[in-house]
Amino acid sequence: MTPKSATGIPALLKTAFVNALIALVLFSLMVGIRTEAGSDGQLTYWTRFGEVAALVAAVFGGSIVIELLRQWIGPAGADKLVPPVVQSGMSFVGRYLAPVLLVFTVMVPVIFYDQRYILDLGILVLTYVMLGWGLNVVVGLAGLLDLGYVAFYAVGAYSYALLATNFGWSFWVCLPLAGILAAFWGVLLGFPVLRLRGDYLAIVTLAFGEIIRLVIINWQDLTGGPNGVSGIPRPSFFGIPLDNSDSGLAAKLGIEYSSSHRIVFLFYLILALALLTNWVTIRLRRLPIGRAWEALREDEVACRALGINTTTTKLTAFATGAMFGGFAGAFFATRQGFISPESFTFQESALVLAIVVLGGMGSQLGVALAALAMIGGFELFRSLETYRMLVFGMAMVLIMIWRPRGLIGHRAPTVYLTKAQAISSDLVKEGHG
Amino acid sequence: MSGDKILSVDRLAMRFGGIVAVQDLSFAAERKKITALIGPNGAGKTTVFNCITGFYKPSGGTIQLTHDDGRVIALERLNDFRIAKQAKVARTFQNIRLFPGMTALENLMVAQHNALMRASGFTLLGLLGVPAYRDAEKRAIDLATDWLKRVNLLDRADDAAGNFAYGDQRRLEIARAMCTEPALLCLDEPAAGLNARESAALSELLLSIRNELGTSILLIEHDMSVVMEISDHIVVMDHGVKISEGSPREVRDDPKVIAAYLGTDEEEAVAVMESGS
Ligand SMILES: Nc1ncnc2c1ncn2[C@@H]1O[C@H](COP(=O)(O)OP(=O)(O)OP(=O)(O)O)[C@@H](O)[C@H]1O
Ligand SMILES: [Mg+2]
Repeated sequence: MTPKSATGIPALLKTAFVNALIALVLFSLMVGIRTEAGSDGQLTYWTRFGEVAALVAAVFGGSIVIELLRQWIGPAGADKLVPPVVQSGMSFVGRYLAPVLLVFTVMVPVIFYDQRYILDLGILVLTYVMLGWGLNVVVGLAGLLDLGYVAFYAVGAYSYALLATNFGWSFWVCLPLAGILAAFWGVLLGFPVLRLRGDYLAIVTLAFGEIIRLVIINWQDLTGGPNGVSGIPRPSFFGIPLDNSDSGLAAKLGIEYSSSHRIVFLFYLILALALLTNWVTIRLRRLPIGRAWEALREDEVACRALGINTTTTKLTAFATGAMFGGFAGAFFATRQGFISPESFTFQESALVLAIVVLGGMGSQLGVALAALAMIGGFELFRSLETYRMLVFGMAMVLIMIWRPRGLIGHRAPTVYLTKAQAISSDLVKEGHG
Repeated sequence: MSGDKILSVDRLAMRFGGIVAVQDLSFAAERKKITALIGPNGAGKTTVFNCITGFYKPSGGTIQLTHDDGRVIALERLNDFRIAKQAKVARTFQNIRLFPGMTALENLMVAQHNALMRASGFTLLGLLGVPAYRDAEKRAIDLATDWLKRVNLLDRADDAAGNFAYGDQRRLEIARAMCTEPALLCLDEPAAGLNARESAALSELLLSIRNELGTSILLIEHDMSVVMEISDHIVVMDHGVKISEGSPREVRDDPKVIAAYLGTDEEEAVAVMESGS
């Protein structure tokens, strides 16, 4: 069942019919016959053909709906079916979406000044935007599947936490150090494993993420083990603390102290860090190193034939991604004031990777939208409690059906002679190591 | 064979486990000349290329590259990317290897990676946007534009390479190799899949590369009309060994060559003989 298989009504009905048939076979045993141990231990059973019929009908109808949606907004035949008006409207929205989003983000602390919950959520979303952008360098641009990105997040967080609690160094000194240390670990990991490709690389990076976590748990003297590090200093406004004291920023400015000040400050701090990541990535893409990353994703053998040192090129991608992860980690530590190994599980790596994939590998705007959708959506469905994961999973599956190359699947060229044309995602290679 | 040699291959051997792909092969390529390497399918031509360009480490023998300035480089000791970077040997592939998701222009920019990396101060200066890097980038775009013009693809500079027709992809791959500004250009069956008109244009392009730029070319080709027309020297291989070499005329009339082609593929043997008449 390829996306292109069902065109026209007969084909559509055929697909739906086949799906319904499969559902019938599966459900007639799974749902249609219910067995239970009777009172004397004998097997009793009864049939539920009504339910089976309902399920099969749902699959039949659902197949038609999904197939139609796929044809209307999906990659296959999208140009034919979407009316030109909608298309031009979409490209118009696309052009102004990023600036509008940016302006809105800058305004969030002003609009929602008193709503702590919204601000906290905004900080969380921005943290994942930054992590997504960082990982995007490795996965989206260089095409190296990294399942252990959280390791660098952890290195950054612990670097700041330990430097700040042990030596009392300020956040602004520790931030670059955290990034450098994370990049250093990125290179250290990269050296032995970058010979590996695809799935093998993914497995080794996954293991690396776990190893870092286990080292943190077991190196009790340094890291406090499972108890974590507490009392991590909060960030200061370039040396001026953001607290209630006489030397605090509020007192100095002569305004009344509010705990919101710090939240707002953190919000702008992570926004600035995320934008820095974005700016550097966009610039790097247009430099030879960024072009080499993308060329590496497209064809490694051709790169070597052109005299590109693939090992150092991969290492720089790994180190750059790791550095941004380290920055984000330092921010995480200063925001929480407390870190423990539990914050750095594989789930985090998977979440960030999901953001990158969902966003459309390589697309900065796509990653930001995906982070907003994933983290924001997760909060939105909080009221659904146990069904949250289910709804979430279904949403992911649907999106991957319609947009298998992510929300923004086009690639923008890094240099052009006359006109920059978006390159269809069908041509762009996905990372395979 | 006399004259100024750019490449000398001496007693080259390449084994894959029990398979002997190339055995005791010696030949030389002259500077600013087109040397063709021909032979029936499976003769070991691509394997020789892979040894020269460092994708395989030869099991035995030496490969020497002599630069214009007299510098001699032992290619069998260099790693793959260094052969392109330091020894200035560029190549194309039998099954085209472009960057399909990048535009034609981007493909040619990637080829100038090493020069641009130096100009961008290994990224740091480039990140700051220093004027020296901007100039270097502009020159790189000019060189790329020049090559797009030469291979007649200028109007498609901003199209994704993956969207190009087969013949256009072949030419773009040659342009990309030339953008590394090589001393020796190795082409693996550049005329494969081209129609007669495209083959003729290809011959012209290769001649212009030799005559105007003075780049030495090593060419693997099955299309005898191209080989006979443009080659200065031909080396014939079969089953991993050299069976003949000489000028197009000499090779064409060599009974061993005709036998080798007749033994494997009648059409090709006929092509060899017909191009002689
Ligand atoms: N990596 C490899 N591993 C094992 N055997 C190989 C390898 N590469 C080439 N060979 C073998 O070496 C022999 C020569 O192959 P090669 O590709 O060099 O031939 P060719 O002359 O380029 O043929 P064609 O005209 O079909 O391209 C073949 O028998 C092939 O199977
Ligand atoms: Mg071959």
